[in-house]
Amino acid sequence: MSAMLSLSNVSRHFGETKAVDNASLDIAPGQFVGVIGRSGAGKSTMLRLINRLIDPTDGEIRHGDRVVSRLKGKDLRDWRRDCAMIFQQFNLVDRLDVLTNVLIGRLAERGFAASMLMHFTDEERTMAIQALDRLDLVPQALQRAGTLSGGQQQRVAIAKALVQKPKIMLADEPIASLDPANATLVMDGLRAINREDGITVLVNLHTLDTARAYCDRIIAMRDGRVMFDGSAAQLTNDVVRDIYGTEGLNEFNEAVTSTQKVSVSA
Amino acid sequence: MPAPRLLSGDMMSAIAEMTETVPDVGPSAFVQFERDFAARRRAARINWALGSALFFGLFIATAWIGDFFKITQVSLPDGSRAWRWIIGAGLPRLGEYVEKTLPVLRWESLGADFAEWFWRWKIWLKLLIETVLIAFMATGIGVVGGFLLSFPASRNLTPNKWVLFITRRLLELARTVPELVWALIFVFAFSVGPMAGVLAIAVHATGALGKLYSEVNENINMAPLEGVKASGGTWFDQIRYGAVPQVLPNIISYTLLRFEINVRSSSIIGYVGAGGLGQEFRTAMSFQEYTDLSALFVIIFATVAMIDYGSEKLRHRLIGMGERT
Repeated sequence: MSAMLSLSNVSRHFGETKAVDNASLDIAPGQFVGVIGRSGAGKSTMLRLINRLIDPTDGEIRHGDRVVSRLKGKDLRDWRRDCAMIFQQFNLVDRLDVLTNVLIGRLAERGFAASMLMHFTDEERTMAIQALDRLDLVPQALQRAGTLSGGQQQRVAIAKALVQKPKIMLADEPIASLDPANATLVMDGLRAINREDGITVLVNLHTLDTARAYCDRIIAMRDGRVMFDGSAAQLTNDVVRDIYGTEGLNEFNEAVTSTQKVSVSA
Repeated sequence: MPAPRLLSGDMMSAIAEMTETVPDVGPSAFVQFERDFAARRRAARINWALGSALFFGLFIATAWIGDFFKITQVSLPDGSRAWRWIIGAGLPRLGEYVEKTLPVLRWESLGADFAEWFWRWKIWLKLLIETVLIAFMATGIGVVGGFLLSFPASRNLTPNKWVLFITRRLLELARTVPELVWALIFVFAFSVGPMAGVLAIAVHATGALGKLYSEVNENINMAPLEGVKASGGTWFDQIRYGAVPQVLPNIISYTLLRFEINVRSSSIIGYVGAGGLGQEFRTAMSFQEYTDLSALFVIIFATVAMIDYGSEKLRHRLIGMGERT
Protein backbone atom coordinates (compact mmCIF):
# COMPACT_ATOMS: atom_id res chain seq x y z
CA MET A 1 0.00 0.00 0.00
CA SER A 2 2.97 2.26 0.20
CA ALA A 3 3.38 2.72 -3.52
CA MET A 4 4.02 6.23 -4.70
CA LEU A 5 2.20 7.54 -7.75
CA SER A 6 4.67 9.46 -9.84
CA LEU A 7 4.43 11.29 -13.13
CA SER A 8 7.71 12.15 -14.78
CA ASN A 9 7.76 14.60 -17.68
CA VAL A 10 4.30 13.52 -18.81
CA SER A 11 2.88 15.31 -21.86
CA ARG A 12 -0.24 14.87 -23.89
CA HIS A 13 -0.72 16.73 -27.15
CA PHE A 14 -3.95 17.08 -29.08
CA GLY A 15 -2.74 18.24 -32.47
CA GLU A 16 -1.00 21.54 -31.83
CA THR A 17 -2.31 22.08 -28.32
CA LYS A 18 -0.36 20.74 -25.39
CA ALA A 19 -3.13 19.75 -22.97
CA VAL A 20 -0.56 18.51 -20.47
CA ASP A 21 2.95 19.83 -20.92
CA ASN A 22 5.89 18.14 -19.22
CA ALA A 23 4.16 17.52 -15.89
CA SER A 24 6.11 15.88 -13.06
CA LEU A 25 4.48 14.99 -9.77
CA ASP A 26 4.93 12.62 -6.85
CA ILE A 27 1.86 11.74 -4.84
CA ALA A 28 2.37 9.83 -1.61
CA PRO A 29 -0.21 7.26 -0.53
CA GLY A 30 -3.03 8.58 1.64
CA GLN A 31 -2.80 12.18 0.49
CA PHE A 32 -5.84 14.28 -0.33
CA VAL A 33 -4.72 16.34 -3.30
CA GLY A 34 -6.69 19.05 -5.05
CA VAL A 35 -5.93 20.16 -8.60
CA ILE A 36 -7.02 23.68 -9.52
CA GLY A 37 -6.74 25.86 -12.58
CA ARG A 38 -9.04 27.52 -15.07
CA SER A 39 -10.99 25.65 -17.74
CA GLY A 40 -8.66 24.15 -20.32
CA ALA A 41 -5.65 24.16 -18.02
CA GLY A 42 -5.25 20.40 -18.44
CA LYS A 43 -6.69 19.18 -15.13
CA SER A 44 -9.09 16.66 -16.70
CA THR A 45 -6.50 15.47 -19.19
CA MET A 46 -4.07 14.79 -16.35
CA LEU A 47 -6.60 12.65 -14.45
CA ARG A 48 -7.52 10.77 -17.60
CA LEU A 49 -3.86 10.12 -18.25
CA ILE A 50 -3.43 8.64 -14.80
CA ASN A 51 -6.46 6.32 -15.28
CA ARG A 52 -5.20 5.66 -18.84
CA LEU A 53 -8.50 6.65 -20.44
CA ILE A 54 -6.07 8.47 -22.72
CA ASP A 55 -2.44 7.66 -23.40
CA PRO A 56 0.44 10.06 -22.79
CA THR A 57 2.33 11.40 -25.81
CA ASP A 58 5.50 11.49 -23.76
CA GLY A 59 6.82 10.71 -20.30
CA GLU A 60 6.19 7.96 -17.81
CA ILE A 61 3.55 7.31 -15.16
CA ARG A 62 4.51 4.87 -12.39
CA HIS A 63 2.78 3.46 -9.37
CA GLY A 64 5.41 1.73 -7.25
CA ASP A 65 6.91 -0.92 -9.51
CA ARG A 66 4.11 -0.68 -12.05
CA VAL A 67 4.88 1.35 -15.15
CA VAL A 68 1.31 2.52 -15.66
CA SER A 69 1.96 4.22 -18.98
CA ARG A 70 3.02 0.89 -20.53
CA LEU A 71 0.23 -1.39 -19.26
CA LYS A 72 -1.90 -3.37 -21.70
CA GLY A 73 -4.88 -5.75 -21.66
CA LYS A 74 -5.72 -7.34 -18.33
CA ASP A 75 -2.93 -5.44 -16.52
CA LEU A 76 -4.38 -2.16 -17.77
CA ARG A 77 -7.89 -3.12 -16.65
CA ASP A 78 -6.50 -4.09 -13.22
CA TRP A 79 -4.83 -0.70 -12.99
CA ARG A 80 -8.09 1.07 -13.83
CA ARG A 81 -9.75 -0.96 -11.07
CA ASP A 82 -6.99 0.12 -8.65
CA CYS A 83 -7.37 3.78 -9.48
CA ALA A 84 -11.09 4.42 -9.53
CA MET A 85 -12.47 7.43 -11.38
CA ILE A 86 -15.42 9.70 -10.68
CA PHE A 87 -16.75 12.06 -13.34
CA GLN A 88 -18.47 15.43 -13.40
CA GLN A 89 -21.46 13.93 -15.23
CA PHE A 90 -21.44 10.79 -12.99
CA ASN A 91 -21.29 8.45 -16.05
CA LEU A 92 -23.78 6.00 -14.54
CA VAL A 93 -26.06 3.82 -16.64
CA ASP A 94 -29.41 5.56 -16.19
CA ARG A 95 -31.54 2.60 -17.15
CA LEU A 96 -29.89 0.14 -14.74
CA ASP A 97 -30.69 0.06 -11.05
CA VAL A 98 -28.36 1.58 -8.49
CA LEU A 99 -27.16 -1.82 -7.23
CA THR A 100 -26.09 -2.96 -10.70
CA ASN A 101 -24.39 0.37 -11.28
CA VAL A 102 -22.34 -0.17 -8.13
CA LEU A 103 -21.56 -3.76 -9.16
CA ILE A 104 -20.02 -2.44 -12.40
CA GLY A 105 -17.11 -1.65 -10.07
CA ARG A 106 -16.55 -5.42 -9.78
CA LEU A 107 -16.35 -6.13 -13.53
CA ALA A 108 -12.57 -6.34 -13.57
CA GLU A 109 -12.92 -9.47 -11.38
CA ARG A 110 -15.61 -11.15 -13.46
CA GLY A 111 -15.24 -13.71 -16.20
CA PHE A 112 -16.78 -13.16 -19.63
CA ALA A 113 -19.88 -15.33 -19.22
CA ALA A 114 -20.74 -14.12 -15.70
CA SER A 115 -20.30 -10.52 -16.81
CA MET A 116 -22.49 -10.88 -19.91
CA LEU A 117 -25.23 -12.55 -17.84
CA MET A 118 -24.96 -9.79 -15.20
CA HIS A 119 -24.27 -12.50 -12.66
CA PHE A 120 -22.62 -11.41 -9.41
CA THR A 121 -21.87 -13.35 -6.24
CA ASP A 122 -23.59 -12.80 -2.90
CA GLU A 123 -20.31 -11.47 -1.47
CA GLU A 124 -20.17 -8.86 -4.20
CA ARG A 125 -23.75 -7.82 -3.61
CA THR A 126 -22.94 -7.52 0.11
CA MET A 127 -19.95 -5.34 -0.71
CA ALA A 128 -22.12 -3.15 -2.91
CA ILE A 129 -24.81 -2.72 -0.28
CA GLN A 130 -22.20 -1.91 2.36
CA ALA A 131 -20.69 0.71 0.08
CA LEU A 132 -24.13 2.17 -0.55
CA ASP A 133 -24.78 2.20 3.20
CA ARG A 134 -21.67 4.31 3.78
CA LEU A 135 -23.17 6.90 1.45
CA ASP A 136 -26.71 6.55 2.88
CA LEU A 137 -28.15 5.17 -0.34
CA VAL A 138 -29.43 1.71 0.65
CA PRO A 139 -33.12 2.74 0.29
CA GLN A 140 -32.44 3.69 -3.35
CA ALA A 141 -30.57 0.45 -4.19
CA LEU A 142 -33.28 -0.95 -6.48
CA GLN A 143 -34.27 2.32 -8.13
CA ARG A 144 -33.14 3.15 -11.62
CA ALA A 145 -30.04 5.36 -11.44
CA GLY A 146 -31.60 7.88 -13.83
CA THR A 147 -34.38 8.66 -11.34
CA LEU A 148 -31.92 9.87 -8.67
CA SER A 149 -30.87 13.48 -8.07
CA GLY A 150 -27.45 14.64 -9.19
CA GLY A 151 -26.02 14.48 -5.70
CA GLN A 152 -27.32 10.96 -5.17
CA GLN A 153 -25.95 9.86 -8.54
CA GLN A 154 -22.51 11.17 -7.65
CA ARG A 155 -22.65 9.23 -4.38
CA VAL A 156 -23.62 6.09 -6.33
CA ALA A 157 -20.53 6.73 -8.46
CA ILE A 158 -18.44 6.92 -5.27
CA ALA A 159 -19.96 3.64 -4.02
CA LYS A 160 -19.09 2.05 -7.38
CA ALA A 161 -15.53 3.34 -7.00
CA LEU A 162 -15.39 1.90 -3.45
CA VAL A 163 -16.28 -1.67 -4.46
CA GLN A 164 -13.33 -1.56 -6.85
CA LYS A 165 -11.21 -1.58 -3.65
CA PRO A 166 -8.99 1.07 -5.21
CA LYS A 167 -5.70 2.43 -3.95
CA ILE A 168 -6.26 5.78 -5.58
CA MET A 169 -9.46 7.65 -6.29
CA LEU A 170 -9.51 10.21 -9.07
CA ALA A 171 -12.37 12.69 -9.14
CA ASP A 172 -12.84 14.93 -12.19
CA GLU A 173 -14.82 18.00 -11.11
CA PRO A 174 -17.10 15.82 -8.95
CA ILE A 175 -19.11 18.73 -7.60
CA ALA A 176 -19.24 21.06 -10.60
CA SER A 177 -22.84 20.02 -11.48
CA LEU A 178 -24.11 19.91 -7.91
CA ASP A 179 -25.77 22.40 -5.59
CA PRO A 180 -23.81 23.45 -2.45
CA ALA A 181 -25.55 21.03 -0.08
CA ASN A 182 -24.92 18.03 -2.32
CA ALA A 183 -21.41 19.25 -3.09
CA THR A 184 -20.65 19.20 0.64
CA LEU A 185 -22.05 15.65 0.97
CA VAL A 186 -19.90 14.42 -1.90
CA MET A 187 -16.73 16.14 -0.67
CA ASP A 188 -17.34 14.85 2.88
CA GLY A 189 -17.77 11.37 1.42
CA LEU A 190 -14.43 11.65 -0.35
CA ARG A 191 -12.76 12.90 2.82
CA ALA A 192 -14.19 10.00 4.86
CA ILE A 193 -12.87 7.51 2.32
CA ASN A 194 -9.48 9.18 2.38
CA ARG A 195 -9.22 9.16 6.18
CA GLU A 196 -10.89 5.84 7.01
CA ASP A 197 -9.63 3.67 4.15
CA GLY A 198 -6.36 5.45 3.52
CA ILE A 199 -7.19 5.79 -0.17
CA THR A 200 -5.26 8.48 -2.00
CA VAL A 201 -7.66 11.07 -3.42
CA LEU A 202 -6.82 13.27 -6.37
CA VAL A 203 -9.62 15.71 -7.12
CA ASN A 204 -10.05 18.42 -9.78
CA LEU A 205 -11.82 21.46 -8.45
CA HIS A 206 -12.68 24.84 -9.80
CA THR A 207 -13.65 26.34 -6.48
CA LEU A 208 -10.75 27.63 -4.45
CA ASP A 209 -12.44 27.57 -1.08
CA THR A 210 -13.38 23.88 -1.50
CA ALA A 211 -9.79 23.13 -2.33
CA ARG A 212 -8.60 25.02 0.74
CA ALA A 213 -11.16 23.36 3.00
CA TYR A 214 -10.53 19.73 2.02
CA CYS A 215 -7.10 19.29 0.52
CA ASP A 216 -3.79 18.56 2.28
CA ARG A 217 -2.02 19.61 -0.81
CA ILE A 218 -2.99 21.78 -3.75
CA ILE A 219 -1.59 21.53 -7.25
CA ALA A 220 -2.33 24.34 -9.66
CA MET A 221 -2.13 24.02 -13.42
CA ARG A 222 -2.01 26.59 -16.17
CA ASP A 223 -1.70 25.89 -19.90
CA GLY A 224 -0.88 22.25 -19.20
CA ARG A 225 1.95 23.01 -16.80
CA VAL A 226 2.12 22.54 -13.05
CA MET A 227 2.47 26.08 -11.71
CA PHE A 228 2.11 25.53 -8.00
CA ASP A 229 2.42 22.60 -5.64
CA GLY A 230 2.03 23.20 -1.93
CA SER A 231 -0.28 23.52 1.04
CA ALA A 232 -3.41 25.65 1.19
CA ALA A 233 -1.59 28.19 3.36
CA GLN A 234 1.07 28.63 0.72
CA LEU A 235 -1.57 29.44 -1.87
CA THR A 236 -1.48 33.20 -1.53
CA ASN A 237 -3.45 35.75 -3.51
CA ASP A 238 -0.43 36.44 -5.69
CA VAL A 239 -0.19 32.79 -6.59
CA VAL A 240 -3.92 32.57 -7.34
CA ARG A 241 -3.73 35.61 -9.59
CA ASP A 242 -0.88 33.98 -11.41
CA ILE A 243 -2.78 30.73 -11.95
CA TYR A 244 -6.04 32.22 -13.11
CA GLY A 245 -4.32 34.89 -15.13
CA THR A 246 -6.31 37.74 -13.64
CA GLU A 247 -3.65 40.38 -14.13
CA GLY A 248 -4.82 43.89 -13.47
CA LEU A 249 -7.35 42.90 -10.85
CA ASN A 250 -7.07 44.70 -7.57
CA GLU A 251 -8.78 42.04 -5.62
CA PHE A 252 -9.48 38.43 -6.47
CA ASN A 253 -12.56 37.35 -4.62
CA GLU A 254 -12.86 33.64 -3.92
CA ALA A 255 -16.57 33.96 -3.31
CA VAL A 256 -17.03 34.45 -7.05
CA THR A 257 -16.15 30.82 -7.71
CA SER A 258 -17.64 29.44 -4.52
CA THR A 259 -20.19 26.70 -4.27
CA GLN A 260 -20.20 26.84 -0.50
CA LYS A 261 -22.04 30.01 0.38
CA VAL A 262 -24.83 31.31 -1.75
CA SER A 263 -26.90 34.36 -1.24
CA VAL A 264 -30.35 33.80 -2.67
CA SER A 265 -32.41 36.90 -3.08
CA ALA A 266 -35.79 36.88 -4.73
CA MET B 1 -37.92 39.86 -12.62
CA PRO B 2 -34.58 41.63 -12.83
CA ALA B 3 -31.47 39.64 -11.96
CA PRO B 4 -30.37 40.25 -8.37
CA ARG B 5 -27.38 42.56 -8.19
CA LEU B 6 -25.03 40.67 -5.94
CA LEU B 7 -21.78 41.39 -7.65
CA SER B 8 -19.88 44.62 -7.78
CA GLY B 9 -18.63 45.96 -11.07
CA ASP B 10 -15.13 44.86 -10.19
CA MET B 11 -16.17 41.29 -9.80
CA MET B 12 -18.19 41.33 -12.99
CA SER B 13 -15.12 42.27 -14.90
CA ALA B 14 -13.22 39.59 -13.01
CA ILE B 15 -15.72 37.01 -14.27
CA ALA B 16 -15.55 38.36 -17.78
CA GLU B 17 -11.79 38.08 -17.54
CA MET B 18 -11.99 34.46 -16.43
CA THR B 19 -14.47 33.32 -19.04
CA GLU B 20 -11.79 34.21 -21.56
CA THR B 21 -14.12 35.27 -24.39
CA VAL B 22 -15.13 38.79 -23.72
CA PRO B 23 -18.20 39.35 -25.91
CA ASP B 24 -18.05 42.43 -28.10
CA VAL B 25 -21.54 43.88 -27.92
CA GLY B 26 -21.14 47.20 -29.66
CA PRO B 27 -23.36 48.38 -32.55
CA SER B 28 -20.79 46.90 -34.95
CA ALA B 29 -21.56 43.41 -33.60
CA PHE B 30 -25.25 43.86 -34.54
CA VAL B 31 -24.36 45.11 -37.99
CA GLN B 32 -22.09 42.12 -38.47
CA PHE B 33 -24.86 39.78 -37.32
CA GLU B 34 -27.35 41.32 -39.76
CA ARG B 35 -24.88 40.85 -42.59
CA ASP B 36 -24.08 37.23 -41.65
CA PHE B 37 -27.74 36.40 -41.19
CA ALA B 38 -28.69 37.81 -44.60
CA ALA B 39 -25.83 35.88 -46.19
CA ARG B 40 -26.90 32.65 -44.59
CA ARG B 41 -30.52 33.08 -45.72
CA ARG B 42 -29.40 33.82 -49.25
CA ALA B 43 -27.27 30.68 -49.26
CA ALA B 44 -30.17 28.60 -47.92
CA ARG B 45 -32.52 29.89 -50.67
CA ILE B 46 -30.03 29.15 -53.43
CA ASN B 47 -29.41 25.66 -52.10
CA TRP B 48 -33.12 24.99 -51.89
CA ALA B 49 -33.75 26.17 -55.45
CA LEU B 50 -30.86 24.08 -56.81
CA GLY B 51 -31.99 21.03 -54.85
CA SER B 52 -35.56 21.32 -56.11
CA ALA B 53 -34.48 21.75 -59.72
CA LEU B 54 -32.22 18.71 -59.49
CA PHE B 55 -34.92 16.58 -57.89
CA PHE B 56 -37.55 17.57 -60.44
CA GLY B 57 -35.15 16.98 -63.35
CA LEU B 58 -34.28 13.51 -62.09
CA PHE B 59 -37.93 12.72 -61.54
CA ILE B 60 -38.85 13.59 -65.13
CA ALA B 61 -35.83 11.69 -66.47
CA THR B 62 -36.80 8.60 -64.49
CA ALA B 63 -40.37 8.75 -65.73
CA TRP B 64 -39.09 9.09 -69.32
CA ILE B 65 -36.78 6.09 -69.04
CA GLY B 66 -39.52 4.12 -67.28
CA ASP B 67 -41.89 4.56 -70.28
CA PHE B 68 -44.39 6.66 -68.33
CA PHE B 69 -44.85 8.89 -71.39
CA LYS B 70 -45.08 6.05 -73.91
CA ILE B 71 -47.83 6.17 -76.55
CA THR B 72 -49.12 2.75 -77.48
CA GLN B 73 -51.54 1.31 -80.03
CA VAL B 74 -54.85 -0.04 -78.71
CA SER B 75 -57.88 -1.70 -80.32
CA LEU B 76 -61.07 0.29 -79.98
CA PRO B 77 -64.46 -1.50 -79.50
CA ASP B 78 -65.30 -0.98 -83.21
CA GLY B 79 -62.17 -2.89 -84.17
CA SER B 80 -60.09 0.02 -85.37
CA ARG B 81 -56.65 0.77 -84.00
CA ALA B 82 -55.67 4.03 -82.28
CA TRP B 83 -52.73 5.60 -80.46
CA ARG B 84 -53.23 6.20 -76.75
CA TRP B 85 -51.15 7.22 -73.72
CA ILE B 86 -50.01 3.97 -72.04
CA ILE B 87 -51.48 4.62 -68.60
CA GLY B 88 -54.88 5.65 -69.90
CA ALA B 89 -54.89 2.58 -72.13
CA GLY B 90 -53.78 0.14 -69.43
CA LEU B 91 -56.03 1.14 -66.54
CA PRO B 92 -59.18 -0.61 -67.86
CA ARG B 93 -57.19 -3.81 -68.26
CA LEU B 94 -56.20 -3.61 -64.59
CA GLY B 95 -59.89 -3.53 -63.77
CA GLU B 96 -60.49 -6.54 -66.01
CA TYR B 97 -57.86 -8.55 -64.15
CA VAL B 98 -59.23 -7.68 -60.73
CA GLU B 99 -62.71 -8.56 -61.95
CA LYS B 100 -61.51 -11.99 -63.06
CA THR B 101 -60.20 -12.79 -59.58
CA LEU B 102 -63.45 -11.83 -57.84
CA PRO B 103 -65.64 -14.78 -56.81
CA VAL B 104 -69.34 -15.02 -57.56
CA LEU B 105 -71.17 -14.45 -54.29
CA ARG B 106 -74.99 -14.65 -54.21
CA TRP B 107 -77.10 -13.83 -51.21
CA GLU B 108 -79.28 -17.00 -51.57
CA SER B 109 -76.32 -19.36 -51.58
CA LEU B 110 -73.76 -17.36 -49.62
CA GLY B 111 -72.47 -20.29 -47.55
CA ALA B 112 -71.96 -22.51 -50.55
CA ASP B 113 -70.33 -19.71 -52.54
CA PHE B 114 -67.87 -19.00 -49.73
CA ALA B 115 -67.13 -22.72 -49.45
CA GLU B 116 -66.37 -22.71 -53.15
CA TRP B 117 -64.22 -19.56 -52.92
CA PHE B 118 -62.10 -20.99 -50.08
CA TRP B 119 -62.34 -24.55 -51.37
CA ARG B 120 -58.71 -25.36 -50.45
CA TRP B 121 -59.02 -23.89 -46.95
CA LYS B 122 -57.52 -26.96 -45.22
CA ILE B 123 -54.32 -26.72 -47.25
CA TRP B 124 -54.27 -22.94 -46.98
CA LEU B 125 -54.66 -22.96 -43.20
CA LYS B 126 -51.76 -25.37 -42.86
CA LEU B 127 -49.66 -23.23 -45.16
CA LEU B 128 -50.68 -20.06 -43.33
CA ILE B 129 -49.42 -21.51 -40.05
CA GLU B 130 -46.23 -22.50 -41.84
CA THR B 131 -45.91 -18.95 -43.21
CA VAL B 132 -46.17 -17.36 -39.77
CA LEU B 133 -43.75 -19.86 -38.25
CA ILE B 134 -41.21 -19.21 -41.00
CA ALA B 135 -41.44 -15.49 -40.24
CA PHE B 136 -41.17 -16.13 -36.51
CA MET B 137 -38.07 -18.29 -36.69
CA ALA B 138 -36.41 -16.08 -39.30
CA THR B 139 -37.02 -13.02 -37.12
CA GLY B 140 -35.46 -14.84 -34.16
CA ILE B 141 -32.31 -15.69 -36.09
CA GLY B 142 -32.20 -12.24 -37.68
CA VAL B 143 -32.45 -10.49 -34.30
CA VAL B 144 -29.58 -12.46 -32.83
CA GLY B 145 -27.40 -11.96 -35.91
CA GLY B 146 -28.28 -8.29 -36.36
CA PHE B 147 -27.86 -7.55 -32.66
CA LEU B 148 -24.42 -9.14 -32.41
CA LEU B 149 -23.16 -7.52 -35.61
CA SER B 150 -24.65 -4.09 -34.91
CA PHE B 151 -22.06 -3.21 -32.24
CA PRO B 152 -18.92 -3.75 -34.31
CA ALA B 153 -20.79 -2.03 -37.16
CA SER B 154 -21.34 1.20 -35.17
CA ARG B 155 -18.84 3.96 -35.77
CA ASN B 156 -18.72 4.94 -32.09
CA LEU B 157 -18.44 1.42 -30.65
CA THR B 158 -16.34 -0.53 -33.12
CA PRO B 159 -13.02 -1.80 -31.75
CA ASN B 160 -11.22 -0.70 -34.93
CA LYS B 161 -11.95 0.51 -38.45
CA TRP B 162 -11.28 -2.86 -40.10
CA VAL B 163 -13.89 -4.60 -38.00
CA LEU B 164 -16.24 -1.71 -38.83
CA PHE B 165 -15.55 -2.07 -42.55
CA ILE B 166 -15.97 -5.84 -42.63
CA THR B 167 -19.16 -6.03 -40.54
CA ARG B 168 -20.75 -3.18 -42.47
CA ARG B 169 -20.03 -4.83 -45.84
CA LEU B 170 -21.33 -8.12 -44.45
CA LEU B 171 -24.60 -6.51 -43.36
CA GLU B 172 -24.91 -4.74 -46.72
CA LEU B 173 -24.44 -7.99 -48.60
CA ALA B 174 -27.07 -9.68 -46.42
CA ARG B 175 -29.70 -7.02 -47.00
CA THR B 176 -29.08 -5.88 -50.57
CA VAL B 177 -29.76 -9.37 -51.93
CA PRO B 178 -33.58 -9.66 -51.86
CA GLU B 179 -35.23 -12.45 -49.88
CA LEU B 180 -36.52 -14.03 -53.08
CA VAL B 181 -32.97 -14.34 -54.44
CA TRP B 182 -31.66 -15.76 -51.15
CA ALA B 183 -34.60 -18.18 -51.27
CA LEU B 184 -33.62 -19.31 -54.79
CA ILE B 185 -30.06 -19.91 -53.64
CA PHE B 186 -31.10 -21.82 -50.52
CA VAL B 187 -33.70 -23.89 -52.39
CA PHE B 188 -30.94 -24.86 -54.78
CA ALA B 189 -28.65 -25.75 -51.86
CA PHE B 190 -31.03 -27.31 -49.33
CA SER B 191 -33.92 -28.39 -51.59
CA VAL B 192 -37.52 -27.22 -51.57
CA GLY B 193 -39.17 -26.54 -48.21
CA PRO B 194 -39.61 -24.11 -45.32
CA MET B 195 -35.98 -24.45 -44.13
CA ALA B 196 -34.75 -22.60 -47.20
CA GLY B 197 -37.37 -19.92 -46.55
CA VAL B 198 -36.34 -19.48 -42.93
CA LEU B 199 -32.70 -19.07 -43.92
CA ALA B 200 -33.50 -16.68 -46.76
CA ILE B 201 -35.57 -14.34 -44.60
CA ALA B 202 -33.18 -14.69 -41.64
CA VAL B 203 -30.19 -13.58 -43.72
CA HIS B 204 -32.04 -10.59 -45.14
CA ALA B 205 -33.44 -9.68 -41.71
CA THR B 206 -29.95 -9.87 -40.17
CA GLY B 207 -28.73 -7.31 -42.70
CA ALA B 208 -31.71 -5.00 -42.30
CA LEU B 209 -31.89 -5.20 -38.50
CA GLY B 210 -28.11 -4.93 -38.09
CA LYS B 211 -28.22 -1.65 -40.01
CA LEU B 212 -31.15 -0.27 -38.00
CA TYR B 213 -29.67 -1.36 -34.67
CA SER B 214 -26.28 0.13 -35.49
CA GLU B 215 -27.95 3.46 -36.23
CA VAL B 216 -29.60 3.31 -32.82
CA ASN B 217 -26.20 2.48 -31.30
CA GLU B 218 -24.63 5.50 -32.93
CA ASN B 219 -27.00 7.84 -31.11
CA ILE B 220 -26.31 6.67 -27.58
CA ASN B 221 -24.70 8.62 -24.79
CA MET B 222 -21.09 7.46 -24.47
CA ALA B 223 -20.59 8.61 -20.87
CA PRO B 224 -21.87 5.38 -19.25
CA LEU B 225 -19.47 3.36 -21.43
CA GLU B 226 -16.60 5.52 -20.25
CA GLY B 227 -17.73 4.89 -16.68
CA VAL B 228 -17.55 1.12 -17.26
CA LYS B 229 -14.18 1.43 -18.97
CA ALA B 230 -12.74 3.51 -16.13
CA SER B 231 -13.71 0.75 -13.67
CA GLY B 232 -11.67 -1.83 -15.58
CA GLY B 233 -14.40 -3.20 -17.87
CA THR B 234 -13.58 -4.85 -21.20
CA TRP B 235 -15.05 -3.79 -24.54
CA PHE B 236 -17.75 -6.42 -24.06
CA ASP B 237 -18.51 -5.09 -20.57
CA GLN B 238 -18.85 -1.58 -21.96
CA ILE B 239 -21.32 -2.82 -24.57
CA ARG B 240 -23.27 -5.04 -22.17
CA TYR B 241 -23.58 -2.52 -19.33
CA GLY B 242 -23.18 0.85 -21.02
CA ALA B 243 -24.81 0.42 -24.44
CA VAL B 244 -27.38 -2.41 -24.31
CA PRO B 245 -29.61 -0.90 -21.59
CA GLN B 246 -29.76 2.33 -23.61
CA VAL B 247 -30.74 0.74 -26.92
CA LEU B 248 -33.06 -2.03 -25.70
CA PRO B 249 -36.42 -0.22 -26.12
CA ASN B 250 -35.59 0.72 -29.71
CA ILE B 251 -34.38 -2.79 -30.46
CA ILE B 252 -37.64 -4.31 -29.30
CA SER B 253 -39.60 -1.81 -31.35
CA TYR B 254 -37.62 -2.48 -34.55
CA THR B 255 -37.82 -6.23 -33.96
CA LEU B 256 -41.62 -6.26 -33.82
CA LEU B 257 -41.72 -4.10 -36.93
CA ARG B 258 -39.43 -6.57 -38.68
CA PHE B 259 -41.68 -9.48 -37.71
CA GLU B 260 -44.56 -7.80 -39.55
CA ILE B 261 -42.37 -7.33 -42.62
CA ASN B 262 -41.17 -10.92 -42.43
CA VAL B 263 -44.73 -12.29 -42.43
CA ARG B 264 -45.29 -10.47 -45.71
CA SER B 265 -42.04 -11.83 -47.10
CA SER B 266 -42.70 -15.39 -46.02
CA SER B 267 -46.07 -15.37 -47.76
CA ILE B 268 -44.28 -14.68 -51.07
CA ILE B 269 -41.11 -16.80 -51.01
CA GLY B 270 -43.11 -19.99 -51.45
CA TYR B 271 -43.36 -18.85 -55.07
CA VAL B 272 -39.82 -20.19 -55.55
CA GLY B 273 -40.43 -23.24 -53.40
CA ALA B 274 -39.22 -22.00 -50.05
CA GLY B 275 -42.32 -22.90 -48.05
CA GLY B 276 -45.45 -21.06 -46.97
CA LEU B 277 -48.48 -19.77 -48.83
CA GLY B 278 -46.52 -18.42 -51.76
CA GLN B 279 -46.54 -21.77 -53.55
CA GLU B 280 -50.33 -21.52 -53.81
CA PHE B 281 -50.01 -18.29 -55.82
CA ARG B 282 -47.96 -20.17 -58.33
CA THR B 283 -50.38 -23.09 -58.45
CA ALA B 284 -53.38 -20.78 -58.83
CA MET B 285 -51.76 -18.79 -61.62
CA SER B 286 -50.62 -21.83 -63.58
CA PHE B 287 -54.05 -23.46 -63.31
CA GLN B 288 -55.72 -20.12 -64.04
CA GLU B 289 -57.80 -20.40 -60.84
CA TYR B 290 -58.20 -16.63 -60.64
CA THR B 291 -60.62 -16.61 -57.70
CA ASP B 292 -58.03 -18.50 -55.63
CA LEU B 293 -55.78 -15.45 -55.96
CA SER B 294 -58.36 -13.20 -54.31
CA ALA B 295 -58.95 -15.79 -51.58
CA LEU B 296 -55.21 -15.95 -50.84
CA PHE B 297 -55.04 -12.18 -50.89
CA VAL B 298 -57.84 -11.99 -48.31
CA ILE B 299 -56.07 -14.54 -46.09
CA ILE B 300 -52.73 -12.75 -46.19
CA PHE B 301 -54.30 -9.34 -45.76
CA ALA B 302 -56.23 -10.50 -42.69
CA THR B 303 -53.17 -12.17 -41.16
CA VAL B 304 -50.87 -9.23 -41.73
CA ALA B 305 -53.47 -6.80 -40.40
CA MET B 306 -53.90 -8.93 -37.28
CA ILE B 307 -50.16 -9.16 -36.65
CA ASP B 308 -49.71 -5.43 -37.29
CA TYR B 309 -52.41 -4.63 -34.80
CA GLY B 310 -51.08 -7.04 -32.17
CA SER B 311 -47.48 -5.96 -32.44
CA GLU B 312 -48.40 -2.30 -32.38
CA LYS B 313 -50.29 -2.83 -29.13
CA LEU B 314 -47.35 -4.77 -27.73
CA ARG B 315 -44.88 -2.10 -28.84
CA HIS B 316 -46.82 0.70 -27.21
CA ARG B 317 -47.10 -1.32 -24.03
CA LEU B 318 -43.38 -2.00 -23.94
CA ILE B 319 -42.54 1.65 -24.55
CA GLY B 320 -45.03 2.67 -21.86
CA MET B 321 -43.52 0.14 -19.48
CA GLY B 322 -40.05 1.49 -20.17
CA GLU B 323 -41.15 4.94 -19.15
CA ARG B 324 -42.86 3.86 -15.96
CA THR B 325 -40.11 1.80 -14.38
